[in-house]
Amino acid sequence: MKGKEYVRPISSTWFLQRGSWKRFMLRELTALFVGAYAVFLLVMVYRARDEQSFAAFYEGLRSPLSILFHLVTLGMVLYHAVTWFQLTPQAMPMWRGEERVNPASVITTQYVVWALATVVVAGLAIGLGR
Amino acid sequence: MEPRNSGGSGRTVALDVFRYLPDAEDEPRFQRYEVPAREDWVLLDALGYIKDHLDGTISYRWSCRMGVCGSCGMMINGEPRLACSAFLREWFPGPIRVEPLTHFPVIRDLVINLDDFIHKLSEVKAWLVPKEEKPISEGEYLQTPAQLAHFKQFSLCINCMLCYAACPVYALEPRFIGPAAIALAQRYNLDSRDGASEERADVIASQEGIWECEFVGDCSRVCPKHVDPAGAIQQAKVTDTTDWYRSLLMPKGRQ
Repeated sequence: MKGKEYVRPISSTWFLQRGSWKRFMLRELTALFVGAYAVFLLVMVYRARDEQSFAAFYEGLRSPLSILFHLVTLGMVLYHAVTWFQLTPQAMPMWRGEERVNPASVITTQYVVWALATVVVAGLAIGLGR
Repeated sequence: MEPRNSGGSGRTVALDVFRYLPDAEDEPRFQRYEVPAREDWVLLDALGYIKDHLDGTISYRWSCRMGVCGSCGMMINGEPRLACSAFLREWFPGPIRVEPLTHFPVIRDLVINLDDFIHKLSEVKAWLVPKEEKPISEGEYLQTPAQLAHFKQFSLCINCMLCYAACPVYALEPRFIGPAAIALAQRYNLDSRDGASEERADVIASQEGIWECEFVGDCSRVCPKHVDPAGAIQQAKVTDTTDWYRSLLMPKGRQ
């Protein structure tokens, strides 16, 4: 087997070849939106230093561009959360003696905790807002 | 292997097979073969039919033809599969494109060079290194069913390399230790009888090891033995991270 070997080239758009690779790249892309929203929250905290500054900021939130940003970011963050929830049982297998805990219950637990956290945060926000 | 041409309705299916003959040609090409479209044939049967009746020059690896040996991995319409477990009828009416496992150099036709993988297996010490050697007179190294359960899944690997063909990270960075080798390293790291996890960490936790993985997850999706190499790699990341924090907090303590 002394003949020369053939190495197949890799295209720069390799991730378009498989559906799962496209979904993976989308999941990687969502990180930008998660980061962008963190920056948005920091700006909001900064603008909340006085009432006038916050009022102007609040007014800006009503612009179509801002609403579009929030809708797209919501979609991206949901995709981010759901796909990572889906992958958690692989990264953190739970054991009960010899039996591995059913991956579905690990995923469900995360949704339950998410729902509870949402209720707590929403409760705090509404409570403090009064 | 004479095919039994019973029940032959005369229907055929086209296979477009990747041909690369390094002694005769510089570039690979696809060659079309018409084979009987039999419901009970897997791709490996069809390749055998070509070899025996149509074209004896075609080369491919195979051995057990029952999904155990891991020799006949190839790309079937772009999916890494074992040719012995892939029924032709999945792709009727065809044509079916057959290529060597992607991300590996091709020696000839459907035969790839697997030296890189074999080398990586030895790099990660994919074998049992007993915590303490003891003479045979002292008996076996005992293990409870619960201890076995923790690594059994990772021990089912048959070295078919479908996971490497499914891994875009390996495609872009061939030095990446890769799914199967890390899963096998993890198989021994998790074995209660083994004591070499620190030695393996030199390779596993290196630049080319677990941290190269971006958790695409296709390695686990294509694995014919449900080994879940992606899971093994993420679990190794968790272990490596906790070890790092532990050494940071307790520099003098045992790791």
